[in-house]
Amino acid sequence: MSTQVTTGLQVRKSIELTIDGKKITAPEGSTLLDACRASGKEIPTLCYGDTITPKNACRVCMVELEGSRTLVPSCSRKVEAGMVVKTDSERTTHSRKLVLELLGSSVDLSLTKNVAKWNQSYDAKPSRFGAPSYHHDNRDDAVTGHHHPPDGQTAETVHQPVKIDNALYIRDYSKCILCYQCVDACGEQWQNTFAITTAGRGFDTRISTEFAVDLTDSACVYCGNCIQVCPTGALMFTSEYDMRQAGTWNEPEQTQTDTICPYCGVGCALTLHVQDNTIVKVTSPSDHSVTHGNLCIKGRFGFQHVQNTKPE
Amino acid sequence: MDLKIASGTANAEERQAVDSLLGQPSETSQGAQRDESGLRVSRGGGELRKLRHLLLPTLHSVNDRVGFISRGAINYISQRLDIAPAEIYGVATFYALFDTNERPARQVHVCIDLACRAASGCTEETLPEGAIPSPCLGTCERAPSVLVIETGVTVRQEVLAPATKTQIAELIAGKSAPTEQPIAQAAPQTPDKSLVLLSRIGIVDPLSIVDYESNDGYKALRKAFAIGAENVIAEVTASGLVGRGGAAFSTGRKWAAVASQPVKTRYLICNADESEPGTFKDRVLMEGDPFAMIESMTIAAFATGCQHGYIYLRGEYPRALRNLTNAVEVARNKKYLGNNILDTDFNFDITIFRGAGAYICGEETAIFNSIEGYRGEPRNKPPFPVEVGLFGKPTVVNNVETLFNVLPIINDSGEKYASWGSTGSKGKKLFCVSGAVNKPGVYEVNFGATLRELIDLADGLKPGSQIQAVLLGGAAGGFVGPEDLDLELTLEAARAAGTTLGSGVVMVLDQSANMVDQLQRIAAFFRDESCGQCVPCRVGTVRQQEALARLVKSSGTNNAAIDLQLLRDLGQVMRDASICGLGQTAHNAIDSALTRLKVFSA
Repeated sequence: MSTQVTTGLQVRKSIELTIDGKKITAPEGSTLLDACRASGKEIPTLCYGDTITPKNACRVCMVELEGSRTLVPSCSRKVEAGMVVKTDSERTTHSRKLVLELLGSSVDLSLTKNVAKWNQSYDAKPSRFGAPSYHHDNRDDAVTGHHHPPDGQTAETVHQPVKIDNALYIRDYSKCILCYQCVDACGEQWQNTFAITTAGRGFDTRISTEFAVDLTDSACVYCGNCIQVCPTGALMFTSEYDMRQAGTWNEPEQTQTDTICPYCGVGCALTLHVQDNTIVKVTSPSDHSVTHGNLCIKGRFGFQHVQNTKPE
Repeated sequence: MDLKIASGTANAEERQAVDSLLGQPSETSQGAQRDESGLRVSRGGGELRKLRHLLLPTLHSVNDRVGFISRGAINYISQRLDIAPAEIYGVATFYALFDTNERPARQVHVCIDLACRAASGCTEETLPEGAIPSPCLGTCERAPSVLVIETGVTVRQEVLAPATKTQIAELIAGKSAPTEQPIAQAAPQTPDKSLVLLSRIGIVDPLSIVDYESNDGYKALRKAFAIGAENVIAEVTASGLVGRGGAAFSTGRKWAAVASQPVKTRYLICNADESEPGTFKDRVLMEGDPFAMIESMTIAAFATGCQHGYIYLRGEYPRALRNLTNAVEVARNKKYLGNNILDTDFNFDITIFRGAGAYICGEETAIFNSIEGYRGEPRNKPPFPVEVGLFGKPTVVNNVETLFNVLPIINDSGEKYASWGSTGSKGKKLFCVSGAVNKPGVYEVNFGATLRELIDLADGLKPGSQIQAVLLGGAAGGFVGPEDLDLELTLEAARAAGTTLGSGVVMVLDQSANMVDQLQRIAAFFRDESCGQCVPCRVGTVRQQEALARLVKSSGTNNAAIDLQLLRDLGQVMRDASICGLGQTAHNAIDSALTRLKVFSA
C-alpha cells in the first residue's frame, strides 16, 4: 500500500517498512537513517555529513536488515517497501561498540562530538587493545603493502605531527577518521579543486596532497569547505588552533551571529563565532539552500578587517 | 579543469612512456598552455576526462619504463589526461607494484606468503637485502617463488620458482632467471584430452590459434551463435554452474539479470586478478589455453549482449599476460574478435587490463574503480553490478575458471554438465594443491571428491610428512585438521562442516609448518591488502594482527583468554560490518585455527 506525500514541489511516494517491530512510512528515496531518526531512534553517525553523499566508511550507523547476510549502513541504504529493520539488536550493538573502540584506539577523538556519550552507552573501551603507539613520525612516507610488525603489546595509532604550512588553517591528521568528506568537498561534490586525495592503502591510508607537498604548493584555494565538513577537528582555523594551544578557547562563552558575506553579490550566509568581542572563526549554515555551508576564501577567512583597530 | 601543477617536469623517457600510450600531445591536450598573446587556453577538457580509464595503463607505462612514478611524470600525466596531480598520486600510492620514490630499475619481488613459507622460503625477517617482500605470487606449486621486474625500454618480467636463497641473491645481483618450466608441469594430470577444463593444457601450443582450432576451438562459439543468446543462458542455467572465484553465485542467474537490463551498453569483465594466497588455477588456464578464455568470453558477451570485455589480469602474471596478449591479437586478426564475428552481426572486442599489486582489486566493484582510473576501493552494494557496474553500465563479472566451464556446457549440454558432481555442486572443479604433497599442482575433479582422494591424486604426502592442517580456500578460507580428510569437496559439505572451498585452495601443511607463523602471515596479509576505506577492516585487521602477536607470548596464561575474546569480537565486527568480502572474510582462517586446531590455549 502506498500513499502520496507532498514535500515542497515534489510529490514523493510513501514507503511502508518495519523498524524495531513498528510499521512506519517514509518518503521514497529517503535513507534508513532518515526513517529511523524520524521515528525517534537514536543512531550514532561519524562519517556522515548532511551536505556530502554518504561514503558509509565508518560503519557506526549499521542496522540489521532482515534477509541481509551482513548489517547495512543506514546512512546510505535507501528505504524499500517491506523492509524489516532492527536498530538495537545484539549484532548492531556489538558492531557499534567495536567501531567506537577501533576508532577510539587509533584516532584522537577528543574533539569529536558525542563520542564520550556513545562510548558509555555502548560500553566501548578503546584502551582494551593496548597502550597507544605509533611507528611513523611521518605517515606520508608509508610504503603501500608493507608495515611495521606489531610489538605484541601496544596498539598502533594514526598519530602524526600537526601540519602547519599556511596562515589560515591547520591539519591535525592524528584526529582524522577518514570520513572522506574533505576530499569530496574539495573535489567533485563541491569545490572541484582536487587539492587533496586519499593516498596509500589500508591502515596507512591518509589524506594528502600530491607527494604530501605543503598546501601552499598544492592546488588548495583556501575556501575552507573541508574545515566546514570535518567532523573531528582534524581541520581547524589557525585562530582556533592557536587559542586551544594557549588554553584560551572557550566555546561555551562564544556567541554565534548569522550575517551575509559583504564581499560579492552572491550573498552567502555566514555564521560568525565570537569570543570576547573577537571573531574567532566563520562557518556557514549547511542547510542553506544556495551554498550548503560552502564559502570562498574571502567569506571564510576575510574577517580580520572587521576587528582591526588603529594602533594606539 | 584549471589544473595547478606543482614543481617537477617529466624527463624525455617519462614523456615517451606516456605518449607511447596516449599518442603525441596535440596543442589542445595540454590542459592549460599560453597562446601567442600570453593568454591561458584550455580546450578539450571534457574530451580528455573521458580518457580517465587510461590512467592505470599510463602509470604502468611510466613504471615499466623508469621503475617508479616521479613528480614530473604525475604532472605530465595530469596535463595529458586532465586529472589533478593529487588524484593521480592517490591512485599511484594505492598499488604495491608502483612506487612514488625513486628506486632501482630492477626489482626482485620475493614471495613471503603461506605456501612459500611452508616450503622454507623467505619471511620478512630472512629476506635478503635488496629484495622486496611480496604477497602470494600464484606459483605455489613450485614454491618458493620470485618475480623479477626489470624496467626499461622493454620491460622484462621473469618468474623463478623454486628459488633458493643463493639464486635470489644472484637475481638481486642482476643475473637472469633460467627459462620458466613448461606450463603443463603445473597440471600433473595433463596431457589428457578426456579432462574437461584442462583438456588442451600441454597438448596445444598456447600461442597457436591453428592448434586451438584443431582441438575443438571455436566449436562452442559457432554452436552458441546457432542456438541463440537465450538458449545459451538456458544451457548455462541448466548446468547449475556457479562462480568459481569464491562466492559461488549462479552464473546463469547473473547472465540472465544482465541480459534483461533495459540499458543496452553493457560490459563483460573476466576477473583474472587471482591473488588469493595459494591460488594458481586461473594462471594455468590463461597460460596454457588462452584462446579458450577469449572464446568463452565471446560466448558470455554474446549471451548477455555486452559489446566490450576486459580481462582484469593481476600484474604479477607475466606469462599469462604474454599469452593472452598474443591470443587477443591473433583472434582479432582472424576475425574472432571485432565486428561481425564469424560473419554474424555480433561485435565484441577485448582489452587486457593489468592490475598493479592489489588483492582488493579482485573484488568485483573494486575492479570497476580500478579500470575507471580511481583507487581500487570497493563500492557499496546495492546497486549491484548487473544493474550499475563498470562506467555505470550493467556488467557481468566472471572468474576465469567459471568462464572456462562455459565451453563444455555449450559443446555438450547443461544437462550433461549437471550430471557431474553432487546434488548441490554441479560439474567440474579445479583445486590448487600445494604444500607437503609429492605432485603439487592444479587438479580437475568432479565436485564430491574427498580431500583424501585429492591428496592421493597429487601422489600422496611427501615421504615422512604427516598432515598437521589443510588450508581450504586460501587466506579467506579456513583450516581443517587431519581428521577431516574424508570431507567431500562440495559447496554444501564444506558449508556443513563449517568451512569453505573458496577459490579451490588445498594447501597441505605437514608437521614442519609453524602454524603460529602461518596465522601471523595471514593477519599481516589482510592488513597489507585492506583498501582502508571502512573502519572494521582498516583498523580491525591491525588489531587482529596485534592480538595474535600478544597471544604468541601469552598462550596458556589468563591473558590469552582476553585476547581470544578480543579476536572473536574483531571477527564478528569485520564479518558483520565491513563493506566488502575482504573484511568480511579476514578472520575466517584465524577463527578456524583457533576453534578447530586450538593453536592457542587460554
